[in-house]
Amino acid sequence: MLRLLFFLLIIKPVAMLVLGLNIRRRDLLPARGPAIVVANHNSHLDTLVLMSLFPLRLIAKVHPVAAADYFLRNRWLSWFACNVIGIIPLERKPSAKGTQVLAPVSTALNRGDILILFPEGSRGEPEKMTKFKNGIAHLLSEHTTVAVTPVYFYGLGKSLPKGEFLLVPFFVDVFVGESLAWNGTRQAFMETLEASMQQLQQQAQLATRHAQEPQNTEART
Amino acid sequence: MNALHLPLSVQVALLGMFGLLLVATVVVAGLARLRPERNYTELSLRVKTWWLIVGVFSAAIIFNHTVSVIVLGFVSFLAFKEYLSLIPTRRTDHRVLFWAYLAIPFQYYWVAIGWYGLFIIFIPVYAFLFLPMRMVIIGETQGFLRAAGTLHWGLMTTVFSLSHMAYLLALPDAKNPAGGSVGLLLFLVALTEINDIAQYIWGKSFGKHKVTPTVSPNKTIEGLIGGVLTTTALAVLIAPWLTPLTQPQSIAAGVLIGIAGFVGDVTISAVKRDIGVKDSGSILPGHGGILDRLDSLTYTAPLFFHFIYYLHY
Repeated sequence: MLRLLFFLLIIKPVAMLVLGLNIRRRDLLPARGPAIVVANHNSHLDTLVLMSLFPLRLIAKVHPVAAADYFLRNRWLSWFACNVIGIIPLERKPSAKGTQVLAPVSTALNRGDILILFPEGSRGEPEKMTKFKNGIAHLLSEHTTVAVTPVYFYGLGKSLPKGEFLLVPFFVDVFVGESLAWNGTRQAFMETLEASMQQLQQQAQLATRHAQEPQNTEART
Repeated sequence: MNALHLPLSVQVALLGMFGLLLVATVVVAGLARLRPERNYTELSLRVKTWWLIVGVFSAAIIFNHTVSVIVLGFVSFLAFKEYLSLIPTRRTDHRVLFWAYLAIPFQYYWVAIGWYGLFIIFIPVYAFLFLPMRMVIIGETQGFLRAAGTLHWGLMTTVFSLSHMAYLLALPDAKNPAGGSVGLLLFLVALTEINDIAQYIWGKSFGKHKVTPTVSPNKTIEGLIGGVLTTTALAVLIAPWLTPLTQPQSIAAGVLIGIAGFVGDVTISAVKRDIGVKDSGSILPGHGGILDRLDSLTYTAPLFFHFIYYLHY
C-alpha cells in the first residue's frame, strides 16, 4: 500500500511532469513475471523511473535487486529501501560463492516476480556505460526459462548524478529492447546482453543526437 | 469554470479556432480517403496534436488569471527543459542549472502580481548577473563563456520572451473594451500560429526562391510574403474584435507578427542545425518538440507586447 501511494503520488508525477519521459517500445516490457529487466545505471533515479514504467497493479511484483552494503547501511534507509521501494538486498562482496548469494533473487523469480538488475553493479560516471558483471548469467543458468529485457536510459545521469542530492529536470529518453532468452552458456549470454545494450545505446545516440559533453569538460569534475 | 466572464468576441474567437480545427480534421480525413496512395498519418497526427494544444490553451485562458499564468509558466518550463536537454551542459554546472530553473516561478510570479518593473529586468539583469557568479563560485573555467552564454540565451528565449504572452493578461481590461486582456493573448497566439501555417501552405504551393538556404532550405520568399499578407489581412479583420488597435496599427501588427514569426522560426532552426537534430524534442507528436511549436512565439510575443504596450498602455 505504501509502495503504491509512493509511486502514484510521488514517483509517477516526478517522472512525468518534472522530468518527462520519451519511451520507445514500452510494450516490450514484461507484462507478467517471472521476468528480469536490466538497465544501464547512472543514477538512483534509474530504479525509480524504471519501476514507474510498470502499471500500478504490477508495482507490488516489481523488485529491484540492490547492494546490501549500500542500502542496508542504516535503519532508516534500510526500512525505506525494503518497504517502500521493495528492494531485494544482495551482498556485493560475498563470503560464500556463486548461487548461495543469489538465493533470495532465485526465490523471488520462483515466486513470479519481475526483477530489476543493473549489471554494471554501480552508478559510476554519469552517462558512461561500464563492463557488465556476470551475476545475471549465473542467475539465468538456474532459471533458463526466464526472459531478460534490456532497457537503456539517457538523461537520468544528468538529472541526478552520483553524489548530488538536487534533482535538475531534463527530458529522459528510454529505449526498451527485445527480450533475450538464455542461450546455453554464461559467456555467450553475457555477450548477447552486452551487444543488445550497445545496440540500444547506439539507437539512443542516433535518435536523439544529444550533443555529447565536450571531452575537455567531461574529464574534469 | 464557465467561459461567460470572457468578452463575447473572445468566446466567438475560441469557437472559431475549434471550428478551424474541425475543418482541418475533415479535410485531412477526406484527403486520406480520396488519395489512399499517399500517406497522411503525419498530417493527421499533427492535426490531432493541434486539438490538444488548442484544448489546453483554451482551458488555460477560460479559468482565471492565476490558472492562465501557471499554465503559461509550465509551458516555459517545458521549453527551457527541452532546450537544456538539447544543448551540451557542463556537469559542474548542475546546481547552476537548478538556479536557472528557479528563475521561472519568480518570473511568472512577477507576471501574476503585475509587477512590470521587475518582470522586465529580472532575467536580463538579475539572472544574467547571478548565474555567472554562481559558476565562478564552483570555479570551473573550462567552457565558462560557452556555458554562461548558452544558459542565458535559453532563459531569454524560453522564459523571458515567452513570459510576455502571460504579461498581456496582466494589462488592464479597461483599456481594451473589445477583447479585454485575454483578447490580446488570443490575437497574438492565433495570428502567430496561423502565420506559421499560412507560410507553410504558400511555400508548398508557390515556393521557388529560398530565403535562408543554409538555415532552413524549405523556407521561400513566396511562402514568407504569402504568409505575411495572409496574417496582415486576418489582423485587420479581427483586430477590432480583440484589440484596441486602430486600422493602420492593425496592419503594422500583422506585418510585425508575420515577419517576427518567420525570424523566430528560423532562429530555432539555426539552433537545431547547430546541434544536429531535426526536431527539438518529441513531446508533441507530428510537430516534434515544444520548441518546434513555440519558436515563432519567442519573437512575436515580446515584439507584439511592446508594440501594443507603447501604443495603448
